[in-house]
Amino acid sequence: MDFVNAIILLLNYIFIPALTYGSQLALGAIFVTLIYGILRFANFATGDMMSFGTMATILFTWYFQSLGVSLGVLPTALLAIPFGIIFMILYMLLIDKFVFKYYRHQKSPPVQFAMVSIGVMFVTQAVVRIIIGPGDRRFFDGEKFIIKAREFKEMTGLNEGLALKSTQVITIFVTIVLVSLLFWFLNRTKTGKSMKAYSDNEDLALLSGIDPKKIVLVTWIIAGILATIGGALYGLDKSFKPFTYFNNMLPIFAAAIVGGIGNPFGAFLGGYVIAFSEILLTYAYKKFFMYILPESMEPNSLVQLLSTDYKFAVSFSILVIVLIYRPSGIFKGKVL
Amino acid sequence: MRKNLNVIAAYSIMMVLILMVGIFQSWNIALSIFNLCLISAVMTMGANIQWGYAGLINFGIMGYTALGGLAAVLISVDPVQEAWRAGGFDILMALWLIVVMVLVIRFVLKRFEKSKIRTYSIAAIIISGILLIRFSAEPGIEAIEAVDPAKTGFLGGFGLPIIFSWIVGALFAGGLAFIVGKVALGLRADYLAIATLLISEIVIAIIKHEDWLTRGVKNVIGLKRPAPYEVDLQTTDWFIKLVEKFNAGKLSVIENLADRQAALNQLVIEGSSVFVKLCYSGLFLVVVIILLILTQKALYSPWGRMMRAIRDNEEAANAMGKNVVKQHLLIFILGSAIVGIAGAMLVTQDGLFTPGSYRPMRYTFLIWVMVIVGGSGNNFGAILGGFVVWFLWIEAAPISLFLINFFTAGIPETNALKAHLIESVPYFRFLLMGLGLLFIMRYRPKGILPEKIEIK
Repeated sequence: MDFVNAIILLLNYIFIPALTYGSQLALGAIFVTLIYGILRFANFATGDMMSFGTMATILFTWYFQSLGVSLGVLPTALLAIPFGIIFMILYMLLIDKFVFKYYRHQKSPPVQFAMVSIGVMFVTQAVVRIIIGPGDRRFFDGEKFIIKAREFKEMTGLNEGLALKSTQVITIFVTIVLVSLLFWFLNRTKTGKSMKAYSDNEDLALLSGIDPKKIVLVTWIIAGILATIGGALYGLDKSFKPFTYFNNMLPIFAAAIVGGIGNPFGAFLGGYVIAFSEILLTYAYKKFFMYILPESMEPNSLVQLLSTDYKFAVSFSILVIVLIYRPSGIFKGKVL
Repeated sequence: MRKNLNVIAAYSIMMVLILMVGIFQSWNIALSIFNLCLISAVMTMGANIQWGYAGLINFGIMGYTALGGLAAVLISVDPVQEAWRAGGFDILMALWLIVVMVLVIRFVLKRFEKSKIRTYSIAAIIISGILLIRFSAEPGIEAIEAVDPAKTGFLGGFGLPIIFSWIVGALFAGGLAFIVGKVALGLRADYLAIATLLISEIVIAIIKHEDWLTRGVKNVIGLKRPAPYEVDLQTTDWFIKLVEKFNAGKLSVIENLADRQAALNQLVIEGSSVFVKLCYSGLFLVVVIILLILTQKALYSPWGRMMRAIRDNEEAANAMGKNVVKQHLLIFILGSAIVGIAGAMLVTQDGLFTPGSYRPMRYTFLIWVMVIVGGSGNNFGAILGGFVVWFLWIEAAPISLFLINFFTAGIPETNALKAHLIESVPYFRFLLMGLGLLFIMRYRPKGILPEKIEIK
């Protein structure tokens, strides 16, 4: 029985939260990696673009709530996400037209693109804060838990409870569907394949008649979908605050690079690598050992490798190590 | 003279703007803007050396600034004897263990051939070393943090004058830059940007959470000052006389003796804070001028030419026998050390160290905006960038408030949109910075004062 308790403990405090957080990171990381692979620059406005998409979703959620529309047990935000995505894509295309297009035609070096994206970051941050303010926003409604810890205990008679939040299930489910669709699109459709070709070798792709304008357009559309859904899922699960989104850019970058930047599948797995290592290294294992070890060997300390304050530092350290020893990332292979 | 006309014009306009703030708002605000402009100028000089001279992208400015600030704390705060007695030994032991660990790793690196086994054993040494250090230092850290946690709870510093920290801050930042440079400088430009950004976040995380060293988010307040205190000045005779002399005209108008005394008191209180700020301005100006002379000399020296050659064509410079790796490391350290000085200056001026306030927007990206807007590669440009951008950063709120009121003059105050806009005035500074950066990058990519290379 103690063994089952220990497993439930790990599931509840490590596995499910890490899987959720990893999914949120993975979506952002694929967004970063697509922009890097096809438009060829590190987008420092990633976090703020995600917060813009989330903001649009929140505004639509409020609008639907004021109309009295709801999805019952599911959060209303799910209904608002498509509208948020449309807004996000429009904003991205606007930015591309007025900012990035010029540098693309100039064939500027990636560093210049990165600098320009910092300008975009400032502007987006301002727009988000001016429209919705810098404060914490919760926009979750509907049923909060699928299984409550107490109910689970009563049901199974175990000491440890397993709480399953609906946002966690929604996050994981949506991520799986979205990512499978994306990989199907990239590997099976003509447009997806031409994106791949463009990312591999731009000149060759142009010679074979691929329209760069279309590629760029499709890339921004996919980016908009990923950014909005990733941001909205994070906001549903935790809460929406522009500054947090800016900060999330850093683990997202870490995930994209750890997975091998330019490689969407790597970015997808990179998200989970980062999330799991953050949570595994900062979890206090005392209770876990209390269950599996005999009483005489129970630990006195918390058995925590690093204090939770260093959660972010863990992912950054992983990234730095990867950058130094394997700059192409863990999952090498062909680009895109 | 003609050649420098635009430089002189740009700086004159800047000075006039600051003077206008002094006349229309208050001299206190004008001087605090001016002081922070000077500190920003030091930071931009550091970033400019790296980016403008050598083309190295460093997004870790925040980390070096914070290390400079930490130096100010460690130098100026009096040592906390009780904390040293409680846990000093454990901390010293941990430091000693770190040294041993580094030496062992060096030994392994030297002694054995490169192989998988060596890599894994080094990883094992590092992990076991960290665990060992953590468990051996834990009781000491707890003991230190338990010593009067509301007031101290940390080891304190050396109790020296805070001015020394400007040099020590440079050393700290330079030391970190040495490690970072050794590790990350081989990376491609945009990878280097991300790596330095993340390393600076790690530095901040450590400063925030190692309470025994820095008090963490509990902040260190009331640091010693190199300038006199306002309260002391207000009771000093010569200062009161000075204020009286300055405002003789204003005071002589007031007939009543009691009123005149009250007015004088008010003037003394205002004057004292202006005087203190002027002291800081003087100190900062000295630093800026010394650094400017040094960096200008370096720019036009053979070394400066070599750096530009490396920046413009690394392979050619390498082929000419220049050690690119070494020079990159050197310039990375120099630039970061200058940023470290600025960090120490900042904490010196504020008189407090708040690790929670170090955020990449303010201390990394804003500095980059300054360098790009001012003109990378040109020291005068970089300094001007520091002035212009900081001025706008502070004055953006009043300016945008004025503009909003101007454009919505016909709309009543109760209008929801107008009220909302007025409420979000503080965020217009981000918009201004972003648009400024984008416009400069598009239409004047070399900045307000572009790099000019003269062969002398």
